[in-house]
Amino acid sequence: MDMNQYLDVFVEESKEHLQAINDHMLRLENEPNEKSIVNEIFRSAHTLKGMSATMGYEDLANLTHKMENVLDAVRQDQISVTPNIIDVLFDSIDHLEAMVESIIEGGDGKRDVSHTVQTLDLIENGESVSDQVRADSGDNGIQLDEFQKSVIQESMEQGFHPYSVTIALDPNCILKAARVYMVFEVIEQVGEVIHSTPSVNELEEEKFDLDFTVTLLSKLQSDELIARIKKVSEVNKVVARPLNIETINEGKVEAAATVEEQSNISTNTETKDNEKGTSSKQTVNNKTIRVNIQRLDQLMNLFEELVIDRGRLETIASELKHPGLVDTVEHMTRLSSDLQDTLLTMRMVPIDQVFNRFPRMIRSLAKDLGKKVNLIVLGGETELDRTVIDEIGDPLVHLLRNSVDHGIELPEKREANQKVCEGKITLAAYHSGNHVYIEIEDDGGGIDREKILQKAVDNKIVDASTAADMDDHDVYQLLFASGFSTAEIVSDISGRGVGLDVVKSKIESLGGKITVTSILGQGSKFSIQLPLTMSILSVMLVTAGEETYALPLSNIVESVILTKEEIMKAHQQQVIDFRGKVVPLVSLQNVLHIPGERLADEYVSVVVVKKGDKMAALKVDSFIGQQEIVLKPLGDYLSNVFAISGATILGNGQVALILDCNDLIR
Amino acid sequence: MSEMKTKKREMKVIVFQLLDEEYGVDIHQVKSIERNQDITRVPRTPSFVKGVINLRGVVTPVIDLRSRFELPEAVHTEETRIVIVNANDLEVGMIVDAANDVIDVPDDSVEPAPEVVGGIDAEYLDGVVKLDRRLLILLNLEKVLNPDEIIELRKMKETKE
Repeated sequence: MDMNQYLDVFVEESKEHLQAINDHMLRLENEPNEKSIVNEIFRSAHTLKGMSATMGYEDLANLTHKMENVLDAVRQDQISVTPNIIDVLFDSIDHLEAMVESIIEGGDGKRDVSHTVQTLDLIENGESVSDQVRADSGDNGIQLDEFQKSVIQESMEQGFHPYSVTIALDPNCILKAARVYMVFEVIEQVGEVIHSTPSVNELEEEKFDLDFTVTLLSKLQSDELIARIKKVSEVNKVVARPLNIETINEGKVEAAATVEEQSNISTNTETKDNEKGTSSKQTVNNKTIRVNIQRLDQLMNLFEELVIDRGRLETIASELKHPGLVDTVEHMTRLSSDLQDTLLTMRMVPIDQVFNRFPRMIRSLAKDLGKKVNLIVLGGETELDRTVIDEIGDPLVHLLRNSVDHGIELPEKREANQKVCEGKITLAAYHSGNHVYIEIEDDGGGIDREKILQKAVDNKIVDASTAADMDDHDVYQLLFASGFSTAEIVSDISGRGVGLDVVKSKIESLGGKITVTSILGQGSKFSIQLPLTMSILSVMLVTAGEETYALPLSNIVESVILTKEEIMKAHQQQVIDFRGKVVPLVSLQNVLHIPGERLADEYVSVVVVKKGDKMAALKVDSFIGQQEIVLKPLGDYLSNVFAISGATILGNGQVALILDCNDLIR
Repeated sequence: MSEMKTKKREMKVIVFQLLDEEYGVDIHQVKSIERNQDITRVPRTPSFVKGVINLRGVVTPVIDLRSRFELPEAVHTEETRIVIVNANDLEVGMIVDAANDVIDVPDDSVEPAPEVVGGIDAEYLDGVVKLDRRLLILLNLEKVLNPDEIIELRKMKETKE
């Protein structure tokens, strides 16, 4: 059977499941005993296994199968969650992601995962790790066999409660075996021992550290049980945990009938969720369908054609003055602006799509660097145009890496500076006006002005005399100059001397801005301003010679009409006095080589535009007015045309070019 | 299908005029043939780039094929056409004197192009076809529409300035 037609669906769904596993793993790391999370992970892994096996990606299916085994063991309390297991599982997820990535790129999804598989096997069998479990946390790794399980089940029906009791002896205890014997004595008075870890023999031979775990059946409540055991001297700590018989049962059923796994699991999670009233919500079914972005673009193109025809109709209606026609056209105008709004919102996606991979990234990054970092993500529901979402990921990755690598200090240094040893990075997105802001704030060392200046002078980005006069804002902007890195040690994470300049140009190409603020010793904040949508722009239409150009409103400071006398000359360059500032006057006709006579009118129309804090006055022939336009690319054939950032189609069907003020201001 | 086997392999070619010569491009590379229309000039581009047109909502660059090959530019007439072609994943319109024929060209009738045909450098050609009394010059669109050349031309111009 040809599977290609399902490939898209497979890829999309695998990504979703991997993301779900990722998210839940991060939660599990914080709440290792929360079984409902394990169940969620198990479910995603299971679906992934089924899908990849159907599609014939065996490595993928095998690895998910192994993960499933480990998760299953965790669910059944055979092994408990330790940082070690989490790491191995994250490792497996990395492999899975790489495989899916390879499938997307047309590969076969094959990958050597034998090492990870081996580790998973070890964990599953409780070897090597179970030792660690006891040493690490004193937690219990109980493994019950079928017989023991059935005993528990039977005795439960007779009113016994199964407990898992962990007992820790005093470190000064000399005769450990004797104390163990006494503890067992006490237990046997009130119940029955089913299992112990380490085994009774090992306990008698004192082959254990200080703590041991006993699975027992008793009619007593846990408090009373603990009190009784504590009466034995030299017992330091007793923890009794009621065993969840359901998890034990589940293991049995599943072993017998793996086919029914899926349904079994889902019912199980549901009941557990109800019982415990946990916070894990079932995903709400938002009736949605997947639509290829190209179709949306197509729809937008068709709509634009419609708008152009609407413009023509309006002209005809106003000429004919037929009341019926005028009414209909007016109604159509209203409809089409509603349609435009709907179309635009269809292209908006929550920035969560980009944000949700960061917690993982920060976690492993912090681990690699030996730092402690807590990432707080806010405003993931903020929506942005799909085109922006696709592009903003890389710059954000770079900035976050930067914050972890250069911003947050090592734990020792933080403690020495009387800070909490765990660093904090806040990633926040929010709407404001026609823009979306994304902020990355860390409470790290901040930016050292002197260090930057030193570096900038060393790298010949500025000379020493100008450096002294620069204000903080200008100094921070130096970070975005190419050939700059302030980390003392060059690491493979950031600090290759390229980067922030690339980040800046990327953000600018999206029509955005990036700024930095910082307080030395307290942290720094990178703030990105992005336009809500890439495809619709507010512009001012102007004419120069016979040609019409569009100037983005975001660049415009003011439009003014000057008399000839107000134009002055300085250094062979025409300048004007704009509110006390000398601003160079640029003739569009000259700079864009527009054919036609240069008229010497008494009055000159000028648009003052800005780029950062630099300004220029553009001399035009007339203003047409403000308009919302749809941005269209010029096409790859004409890439990087001087001073032109794109084109748009006007109401009369003509193409007008959009001016890029960045090129016009020097 | 059986017809294909007995027949010689051939390709369909769109024929257009430039100066006094006839040129051809593979029909698979031609998206549409448009009447001459208003072109918006794009400043500071090579002289053969005439600008951009609105092709049913898509902004499409247009070049004058005559000046692309450094032939004298013609006054546009009723016959003038813009052939929209697709090569190197680029969609570009080419202004030609006239376009009015589609013919079948058997593969074995294509001969390598001589050094210079009709004033066009051989590197832009795929070959020539002799058909009865007509001589058809096949264009290599990948070469003709190479955007790198635009960049080079711009650099040359900038250094001149």
